[in-house]
Amino acid sequence: MALGPVIRRGSPRFGSSASRMLPQARIAGPMPWVIAIMIALTVMAAGAGLALSNVAANARAEIAGGVTVQVVEGAPSARERQAQRAVTFLTGREDVLSVRRVPDEELSALLEPWLGASISQSEAVPTPVLIDVRLSGPVTSRRLRDLRAELVREVPAARLDAQAGWLAPVFDAIRSLQYLAIGLVVLLALTSIAAVWLAARSALGSNRDTIEVIHHLGGTDGQIARIFQRSIGMDALLGGAAGLALGVGAMFVLGQQFAGLGSGLVAGGALSLLDWLAITAVPLAGVLLAILTARITVTGALRRML
Amino acid sequence: MSEAGDSIVQFDNVGLRYGTDREVLSDISFTLYPGSFYFLTGASGAGKTSMLKLLYLAQRPTRGAISMFGHDLITQPRKSLPNFRRRIGTVFQDFRLITHLSAFDNVALPLRISGMGETEIQKPVADMLEWVGLSHRSHARPATLSGGEQQRVAIARAVIARPEILVADEPTGNVDPEMAVKLLRLFEALNRLGTTVVVATHDVHLLRKVPDSLIMRLDKGKLSDPTGALRYPPKRDIPRREVQP
Repeated sequence: MALGPVIRRGSPRFGSSASRMLPQARIAGPMPWVIAIMIALTVMAAGAGLALSNVAANARAEIAGGVTVQVVEGAPSARERQAQRAVTFLTGREDVLSVRRVPDEELSALLEPWLGASISQSEAVPTPVLIDVRLSGPVTSRRLRDLRAELVREVPAARLDAQAGWLAPVFDAIRSLQYLAIGLVVLLALTSIAAVWLAARSALGSNRDTIEVIHHLGGTDGQIARIFQRSIGMDALLGGAAGLALGVGAMFVLGQQFAGLGSGLVAGGALSLLDWLAITAVPLAGVLLAILTARITVTGALRRML
Repeated sequence: MSEAGDSIVQFDNVGLRYGTDREVLSDISFTLYPGSFYFLTGASGAGKTSMLKLLYLAQRPTRGAISMFGHDLITQPRKSLPNFRRRIGTVFQDFRLITHLSAFDNVALPLRISGMGETEIQKPVADMLEWVGLSHRSHARPATLSGGEQQRVAIARAVIARPEILVADEPTGNVDPEMAVKLLRLFEALNRLGTTVVVATHDVHLLRKVPDSLIMRLDKGKLSDPTGALRYPPKRDIPRREVQP
């Protein structure tokens, strides 16, 4: 009979046999499905957060430096004269990048849903002339006040507003939704940690005899922890892949529906390649989190044994 | 503490209690030299299993000192204990086989824990299973094995890594007399190679089958040693330890 060689010291790895040390339930067990649901929800929350961030960034870029001039004058000929004077005044300034008078047809189309086609295209209800102006650099309140004063001296019927001012409540709402998405991602991560912790505790309890035997035969805490890490890591990987597929599928369907709205603001929420990479990293982060949680849980429990 | 010398294990006034109960072991002192063969006897509840737990490092004593392999175990940090345990083979009274692993995988466990590769373990495990007469059951799970077969797997697992100390709790309790003698011969073979063997048993017939063995008798948690031969045993020639290929 050949007997074994001298025992090696330290904490060698089990290698491929580690997967056999614990009975594996895999998809028959609840763990991969719990992780799949968590990852799917996290992917959706992260996707929503990133889309909102893109909406806000695009809208901000679009209206940065933007001001709107209204020429409010009842008499059509006076309104036209003052509008032309305003365009001339603004075009001549060095701090103005572009001046665009909104065509009357476009204005009528904007008002048509509220006033109807016949009224919006007639002079029955006088509509102001709108001039879309883009300034170089940010629009500060002092700059806006100075420009307004100069413009009104030239064009008494002119009113001037920063575009960012109109959209401030929209930006506030978007920011709140972003915070909500971040909060959801954090809560889901904490819930995932709790679920993995409970699963590791349960696995520890149901495999106590196996752990004790490995411990008595000279298995180190690191070796035993690696068995659990491997087992829970595999569950997390399966769950993460399923969760990513579910989350991305849901985002795709929602994206199609939002794209159907045809809104410029919503179109600005399209996800970039970097965003998709960040979303793909969610299940990977979930796997790492599960492995780390399993290790901390198992080594903590093992320290209570001699 | 008395002179440890070349001893492999030394207990000095060791006491053990569980919680706040009375001591299950009191003032235990003995010295084991490499290559010695001991039977640990005593009535049920005398403290045999508790003594073995101290020997295979499942418990720390509540008082006294234990030295093993030349190291004071009381002051050893917890993280160094696995290296000690790998030098001790243990046959548990209730076998403690891992139920979802085959007989082969159960026997291979100590080698895998020690980091041996899958190709390296195949032959020694197959040889060991053949030796205990279970090569035809190598893929069987413990639940499908008889009590005697489970015990043989447990023994094979305990000796596969050729431990320096073998601790066995009633190792022949579930096997027929013929297999009991065969297993005892395996323990003797290991003992001749230098392994110190401690076998806890009720079977008085077994004691006669190993002529050079010493007897440790426990009575109500105390070790009977009227001549001091257990505490200060005469030094023996240490058998040459050979590692077979």
